[in-house]
Amino acid sequence: MALHSDYLTPSSPTTLRATGSVARRQAVSRLSRYVLLAATLSGVAVLVYLGYETIAKGWDRLSWGFLTSYPSRFAERAGLRSSILGSAWILGTTVILAIPIAIGTAVWIEEFAPRNKLLTIVKLNLANLAGVPSIIYGILGLAVFVRLMGLGPSILAGALTLTLMILPMTVIASQEAIRQVPPSIREGALALGATRWQTVRHHVIPGAMPGIMTGMILAVSRAAGETAALIMIGAFTFISFDNTGLSPTDSPPFVTPPPLGDDFTTVPVQIYNWTIRPQEAFRENAAAAIIVLMVAILSLNLVAAVIRERFRRHD
Amino acid sequence: MLRAPDNVQTLTEERLTTEYLPAAERVARLDGKAIIEVRNFSSYYGSFRALHDVSFQIPERKITALIGPSGCGKSTLLRCINRMNDLVPSFHGEGEMLYHGLDLYAKDVDPVEVRRRIGMVFQKPNPFPKSIYENIAFGPRVNGMKVNMAELVESSLRRAALWDDVKDKLKQSGLALSGGQQQRLCIARALATQPEIILMDEPCSALDPIATLKIEDLMRELAKDYTIVIVTHNMQQAARVADYTAFLMMRPDRAGELVEFSDTDSLFTTPKDKRTEDYITGRFG
Amino acid sequence: MTRELFEKKLREMQEDVLIMGSMVEKAVQRSIDSLRTRDTALSNTVVNDDVAINKKRYEIEEKCIHTIALQGPMAADLRIVVAILFISNELERMADHAEGIARINLMLGEEPLTGPIGDIMLMGEKAAGMLRSSLTAFVERDDAAARRICDEDDEVDALYDASYRALIQEIIRTPQDIERVTYLIWTCHNLERIADRVTNICERVIFMVTGELEEINVSRY
Repeated sequence: MALHSDYLTPSSPTTLRATGSVARRQAVSRLSRYVLLAATLSGVAVLVYLGYETIAKGWDRLSWGFLTSYPSRFAERAGLRSSILGSAWILGTTVILAIPIAIGTAVWIEEFAPRNKLLTIVKLNLANLAGVPSIIYGILGLAVFVRLMGLGPSILAGALTLTLMILPMTVIASQEAIRQVPPSIREGALALGATRWQTVRHHVIPGAMPGIMTGMILAVSRAAGETAALIMIGAFTFISFDNTGLSPTDSPPFVTPPPLGDDFTTVPVQIYNWTIRPQEAFRENAAAAIIVLMVAILSLNLVAAVIRERFRRHD
Repeated sequence: MLRAPDNVQTLTEERLTTEYLPAAERVARLDGKAIIEVRNFSSYYGSFRALHDVSFQIPERKITALIGPSGCGKSTLLRCINRMNDLVPSFHGEGEMLYHGLDLYAKDVDPVEVRRRIGMVFQKPNPFPKSIYENIAFGPRVNGMKVNMAELVESSLRRAALWDDVKDKLKQSGLALSGGQQQRLCIARALATQPEIILMDEPCSALDPIATLKIEDLMRELAKDYTIVIVTHNMQQAARVADYTAFLMMRPDRAGELVEFSDTDSLFTTPKDKRTEDYITGRFG
Repeated sequence: MTRELFEKKLREMQEDVLIMGSMVEKAVQRSIDSLRTRDTALSNTVVNDDVAINKKRYEIEEKCIHTIALQGPMAADLRIVVAILFISNELERMADHAEGIARINLMLGEEPLTGPIGDIMLMGEKAAGMLRSSLTAFVERDDAAARRICDEDDEVDALYDASYRALIQEIIRTPQDIERVTYLIWTCHNLERIADRVTNICERVIFMVTGELEEINVSRY
């Protein structure tokens, strides 16, 4: 009785084309590719649709005048001038504050801290904080920076709040980046008689920089679009002056140099303000502002990518 | 008609000892000065003992090999010599390890001070992701050595037999070299801090046979000026390269101990301990 | 047991040595028997069989070289392989000596033998016995026995002394027989050499067991 089965390999095949179970399995594999592609495309499709809608709505409103005018009761005359400046100042300050604190914290946690229970608690809390909604940070900022420390609804207060908000994610990203530096590099440096700090300074931090930068850029992009927290802080929605430190302002009793002490607004806050207005024209403004914000964030990411590549090629 | 014995090992059973030889017999006398003296040294990770009561001497300006099966503690022992095990928080050592008569494990000894004088080359070549020049300059720089850096870089590369290969591309990344060249770069890097002893932890296991032989030649060259201690799981390599060999094994309680130490010739032709014989001839159980 | 193939090869090589040893022992025994009984057919057998012995020696040598190259023997294994290499060489030389004696018998023709034939036969018996014992010592790794065998060589040397002197006397007494007597002197010499080579084998056995190479019995000849 001859045994015929898909499981027995014939001693010499007559054909090598896919047959039987092989053909079935291949068909499933091919199908899976298309299914996964569809999943990807559906997400992309939604984004493309949203982008198209926004651009269609706001494209006509874009103009140099739009970028350089102050907000106004009249939609046609309203512009992004103050909010662009406010965003720039607050993000700049945030970055200056956040980078050293984030890197320092991550380095301490990964390289120097004794491996005890306290460290575990710290790391656990950090992970939790990353998930806290931003409006909570806004409330915290209001209570501590604006009121308790008497900074008022200023750029400094806003920057401090945003720093706190992005700190968990930047520290975690920096930790990851530091962990990516192979232990063999550290061993190599220490075996040459370098101290721990020398090892960290010359090898770990430079090696982790691409990852740290990536984390920082993502966080800043997040902060650039932050609305709720800043509204809690008290970002004004109608700022008709530049935060250049030259215009008169109610400086709080706390000695903060302008423009850090200024009242301010940011682009997302401005967008929020325009979208809740009844007039359709303001919503066109909002759409245009969204386009500006998107372009800005994309350029930021581009710059970051370039910086990352420079760090990588330097070695 | 006579027949050969079924078990060739009847040769060794009566002749060799299965008892632990007393320390004095276990360890052969050195032909020359000892630069490191290990006396009743044990090491622990927390409460787990990794090395049990090791005693022997490392001769100056010779190549000493540490061999033994996996888990026998040879790498641990090597890393004890330059205090690299300090990086593991639960580690502590007991007993004495004397370097020029000074105990490496005394309370006031700074590991950084030790590591300048006792260099290390690792199993997988680990050049820094920097230029070749920077790789070599790092050690002297962080140790604050006031030297003509270009000269030091050149002499280190010459001594590692790498100068001719890279003299025109010092600014190139260290990672662009082949595996064997990378390892020689790591050796040059270790030489730059002017150490007396160079520890090598399986330096050739990640390399192809030709690169391996080049490094072995280099070792013999370096042994004229430096003391070399090498851990290897390749017995042929120990046989080819080492002047003295120490054989370690894992005890039932998972601690490693020194079974036999003698000049390489004797260890490989007429070992004293049966366990050494079994390991060298590849007979386990 | 690890390295089963290697163990098997080592056993094989040792058995080859024993086989070759017994071939040589037979050759020695036969050569002196043929001399005693004037059996030319037996002498021819010895001469012809020498080819097989040489072949066996080369076989063993090749196996040893292969083993060293491919198996990397160490410590005791290495000593065994090296000992086998040398012992097979000594056996082959011994067989040549036995063949020499057989040829001498052929050259002596049909004439009766005169002279210290008894001593010569005794030398032969002793030499064959020593060879047998040395192979036993090899198999049993008995270095004490190996040393004792070397002492027996003294007896063979003494017999050689006596035989030599007696044969010289023969020459002086009957100078026309000088050719025949000279053949007998050569026979004695061959037998003495055989015994001496056995001591070489014993030295190798001692080396195999202890790892020490000593010159046991410095031959006076």
